[in-house]
Amino acid sequence: MTAWDLFSLPFMQRALLAAVFTGLAAPAVGTYLVQRRLALMGDGIGHVAVTGVALGLVTHTSPTWTAVVVAILGSVVIELIRERGHAGGDVALALLFYGGLAGGVLLSGIGGKSATTLQEYLFGSITTISAGDVIVTMVLAAVVLVVGVGLAPQLFAVAQDQEFAQVAGLPVRVYNLLVAVLAAVSVTVAMRTVGLLLVSALMVIPVATSQQVTRTFRTTLAASMVLGFVASLGGLVISTFASYHATVAPGPTIVLLALACFILAWPTGAWLRRRRAALPTGGATDV
Amino acid sequence: MPVTAAAPLDDPVNPVNPVELSRGRVTIAGRDILRDVSLEVHPGEFLALMGPNGSGKSTLVRALTGLNPLSAGALRLFGTPYASFRDWHRVGFVPQRASAASGIPASVWEVVASGRLTRRRLLRRLSHADRAAIDDALETVGLAHRKQDGVTTLSGGQQQRTLIARALAGEPELFFLDEPTAGVDLPNQQALADALHRLKDRGATIVLVAHELGPLAPLVDRTVVMRDGEKVYDGVPLADHEVHGPVFFGESHSHHHHDEPVHHDHGPVPQVDAPLERSQEGS
Repeated sequence: MTAWDLFSLPFMQRALLAAVFTGLAAPAVGTYLVQRRLALMGDGIGHVAVTGVALGLVTHTSPTWTAVVVAILGSVVIELIRERGHAGGDVALALLFYGGLAGGVLLSGIGGKSATTLQEYLFGSITTISAGDVIVTMVLAAVVLVVGVGLAPQLFAVAQDQEFAQVAGLPVRVYNLLVAVLAAVSVTVAMRTVGLLLVSALMVIPVATSQQVTRTFRTTLAASMVLGFVASLGGLVISTFASYHATVAPGPTIVLLALACFILAWPTGAWLRRRRAALPTGGATDV
Repeated sequence: MPVTAAAPLDDPVNPVNPVELSRGRVTIAGRDILRDVSLEVHPGEFLALMGPNGSGKSTLVRALTGLNPLSAGALRLFGTPYASFRDWHRVGFVPQRASAASGIPASVWEVVASGRLTRRRLLRRLSHADRAAIDDALETVGLAHRKQDGVTTLSGGQQQRTLIARALAGEPELFFLDEPTAGVDLPNQQALADALHRLKDRGATIVLVAHELGPLAPLVDRTVVMRDGEKVYDGVPLADHEVHGPVFFGESHSHHHHDEPVHHDHGPVPQVDAPLERSQEGS
């Protein structure tokens, strides 16, 4: 069987669908997180979601749904702690993250689940995704995309300058919580693709890459989604071909491909920045 | 639709004051940063709020926008109590910022367009009026030629003007500007003054917080000077050297509390600038 035949198999088609939707949705939310300088928030939610997965495994319900619920609860708590802006908020977040990860590992152990079961969620297992999970992934990703792109003017304004948005009469808190919930949903969407421990990578790296060469928010958002799409799909295809020679997991391949794009874009960005600085219109004396 | 900063007044004979603060107090971490300050701003007035760092001038303007909630006192905007005020499109706010940038690239146009959200409904495209107002705002601050550029490529003064254009895009009648000239070079201060002059000519009411007025001085109709969270002067415009001179901030400051004898003596509380607010203003 050639690799192309492999793509005609149902499990591979499910994997492709999951990869495409995840690759588009994760950077859409990631853009707002990076804009608010909360690049690691997805990572934190991912840690908390481990407890959600374990709860599902132990209670024999769908780990996807328990992860969605726990991740949303966790993201709301994280947002409320962040909003208060206390000096101790940073530590409170750390406690939440480690509690979530340790709790998840402990719970799944108590439930008699082996480490490999949990590992599917920690590092992704896109080729074992069920038809039901693919549909859930697609629906959740579509919701994230519609909200993240449809409310772009509002979410941009709030992330750009929260105080200005508040005086402009925007319901800042609602939008902040919305971004947190969207992040939680994308974490669970990406959970099967790249795994909870690498979720943040798919949310942040495409954004970091695209902003090397872009200068507007719109193009950054669009380019991040394209890059996320390319990395997920490309990573899955590369790992499929490479699997003939060695065990190549799709999750890490996707993340490393995204990183490779960043490494390629970075010198271009550095060159562009230097060139812009040299232009007469970019000088500080221009009034 | 004509693009103007000021809408017709509610009642031309007896116009309502855009801002009415009575005995407003702001308490942060148990300290009164603003102590029973009353302030009325009249329609079309250009008010300069002055005072040294930590005097409470920034806190006062933030209290007027609702960003620093009052722990006592009452605030009315355009005659409506703050709690039930919803006409935020009538208010433009220019926060104290060193930069208009965030974690993601954004063009000057995009930042300015975000100010138009006060008048846009959810999930609607920009109307012609919206685009005209955004273009007009860029024109007013003299940045129309830079609208496609990233905000980070602009100088500090140009970024301040971008923030003013953002407030302008919503076509408000009342402007709050928190130290827009801080750290801005003289040519940009002049450009800022020109933009504010145009606003004033359109009939906008402007409340400006400034440490020093510089080229803005000729625009000012009335000066309020703050010290230690209290209003110590409210009257005809003062020059920079008068505000920071010995009249208000000399060794003897016993004569400027004559209308509020209660606050004459601060008792056992040492006379220091509020450190909380200073760090806030310095940020």
